[in-house]
Amino acid sequence: MAPQGDPILEVRDLVKHFPLTQGIVMKRQIGAIKAVDGVSFDLRRGETLGVVGESGCGKSTLAKLLMALEKPTSGSVKVNGELVDVHRGSNLKRFRRNIQMVMQDPYTSLNPRMTVGDIIGEPYEIHTEVAPKGDRRKKVQDLLEVVGLNPDHINRYPHQFSGGQRQRIGIARGLALQPEIIICDEPVSALDVSIQAQVINLLERLQSEFGLAYIFIAHDLSVVRHISDRVAVMYLGKIVEIGKDTEIYDKPSHPYTQALLSAVPVPNPEGRETRERIILQGDPPSPANPPSGCRFRTRCWKAQEICAVEEPLLQIRPGTDHESACHFAEVHDVVHAS
Amino acid sequence: MKNPSVDTHLLPADSGTIGTEPLLAVDNLHVEFSTRQGVARAVNGVSYALNAGETLAVLGESGSGKSVTAQAIMGILDMPPARIPKGEIRFRGTDLLQLSEAQRSQIRGQQIAMIFQDALSALNPVFTVGWQIAEMFRVHKGMSKKAAYAKAVELMDRVRIPAAKQRVNDYPHQFSGGMRQRIMIAMSIALDPEVLIADEPTTALDVTVQAQIMELLAELQRESNMGLILITHDLGVVADVADKIAVMYGGRIVENAPVHDIYSNAAHPYTKGLLESIPRVDMKGQELYAIKGLPPNLLDMPTGCAFHPRCPFRQDNCVTDVPALHEISGTRSSACHYWREVLDGTAG
Repeated sequence: MAPQGDPILEVRDLVKHFPLTQGIVMKRQIGAIKAVDGVSFDLRRGETLGVVGESGCGKSTLAKLLMALEKPTSGSVKVNGELVDVHRGSNLKRFRRNIQMVMQDPYTSLNPRMTVGDIIGEPYEIHTEVAPKGDRRKKVQDLLEVVGLNPDHINRYPHQFSGGQRQRIGIARGLALQPEIIICDEPVSALDVSIQAQVINLLERLQSEFGLAYIFIAHDLSVVRHISDRVAVMYLGKIVEIGKDTEIYDKPSHPYTQALLSAVPVPNPEGRETRERIILQGDPPSPANPPSGCRFRTRCWKAQEICAVEEPLLQIRPGTDHESACHFAEVHDVVHAS
Repeated sequence: MKNPSVDTHLLPADSGTIGTEPLLAVDNLHVEFSTRQGVARAVNGVSYALNAGETLAVLGESGSGKSVTAQAIMGILDMPPARIPKGEIRFRGTDLLQLSEAQRSQIRGQQIAMIFQDALSALNPVFTVGWQIAEMFRVHKGMSKKAAYAKAVELMDRVRIPAAKQRVNDYPHQFSGGMRQRIMIAMSIALDPEVLIADEPTTALDVTVQAQIMELLAELQRESNMGLILITHDLGVVADVADKIAVMYGGRIVENAPVHDIYSNAAHPYTKGLLESIPRVDMKGQELYAIKGLPPNLLDMPTGCAFHPRCPFRQDNCVTDVPALHEISGTRSSACHYWREVLDGTAG
């Protein structure tokens, strides 16, 4: 299903700082980890937004903020035009029904002492209006069938399933409340290569069947490209470039995106000796003390004086047709994908 | 200074190959584990060879036996529960499995070294990194504490850890993931090994750091002409660095080939399936090819070819007969009864 209509999710200037404190009795705040620092984007019905970035860039904190598992320091999240108020229980409950999550690790995200039926049916305990008591077992069995598991296995425990099957259970749990948005936080990275394709196909089928919108967080750029309509690249708590999948992959304009794309090993040995590789020096700086101006400047080969002084805004730059947060944005196709 | 009680002269140290004998040869290796549920056959007759300066990628999913084979080469399997009922591991023509533990510990680290996936759990958290790198020199070379420390700083420089002199007394938790992996590499190359086994060295790292580490390994290999065994499940990393590939499935090698051959035309249905399941640009919006079913259970291996329950080209004899590793050319082999048809694309 093609993305359509008004945004279902509007995120504006979302900020999450985790305080760093010193002292036990007299706690003083000595700083903050700026995990997410001013993130804005829209998501439309049926659309998939891929979020890529290295560990520590704030992708998972972003997921938690969208799930209202963390309270944002500032900024707003609107679902279907309605502001999410994390301080009002009834508002929050309604909102949470509409936005669900699939976790990374299917081995630790399922309670080993609960049967599959209880795991998938647990959301109904809280949102009783979705399924009346007598109806639940049938609903859970339907869900198992939807995700390609045997409905007769409803009384089994998670350890009786393989990794890929467990991820299917996690997906079924996410679908239980018929949400409009599902956040997938690295949904296939814990799975074997031959199983990943099965789960990706399932996610795509469910999207077209139920018109779901996905936020797809992953570090595997080829998987993100396959599934996403738009892609956001994050670095140290900020989106540095966002655009359609073709714009990001074929015409990246931010140096970090270019470096990231060129660092991904291409599963084809032809021409490997001549392939362009931008190897970044060092590690990402600490989000507790990010560099002034542009956060990427400490590892950037294009950095000039202005980069240390003025923070580049995420906006459409000359010569490109998507937003990029670089003073010297310039389209450069690093991958030359065939 | 080497431990005089050990017969190091039984390992000729001059040439890269002795006649046609490769630097390291694994020959028909079997490894099994006794578990409460029965015997798990993790490795069932694996053979591969590595020459000096060469990079061999061992590709496989979890449970395919790729790491167990490496641990058998290093001699770091816990025995029991592990057992090696059959097979040879020849290093410069000498079967390592026939050596005493004292002889093996001389080879381990000096001639064959290993890097592990998770550097944080492979390093000791209560000793400084300098102490841990220097330990290699103190134990194997009998160096003084001071000389060993100087060597440690030198090595940290060589793997490009910034400000090595100041950081030599830091603990592992004070380093980032990429830097910790560099320290692991420094330890493994400390004694100039001839074979380096890297078991998923970049799986826990980000792509930009992965690129740094792979470049470092390639450079060290060029400098010292080591043979490198790279164990991984990442088809991208393999395509980038490998000279030849051994694909493992269910404890066996299913395909052996130079890197270019495998990516252009696989000779085993499993390899073919893996390569086809990679998302490609021109496949956007279409369903990905997915290998059906699940990897085999080592306690209850399928009869015949271990891949037959998932194979799209299965014939009747695949269920009953274990396929031999058929030689296709001097450098290629495939463990499929129908490798010809798979190669031509006429299988099924």
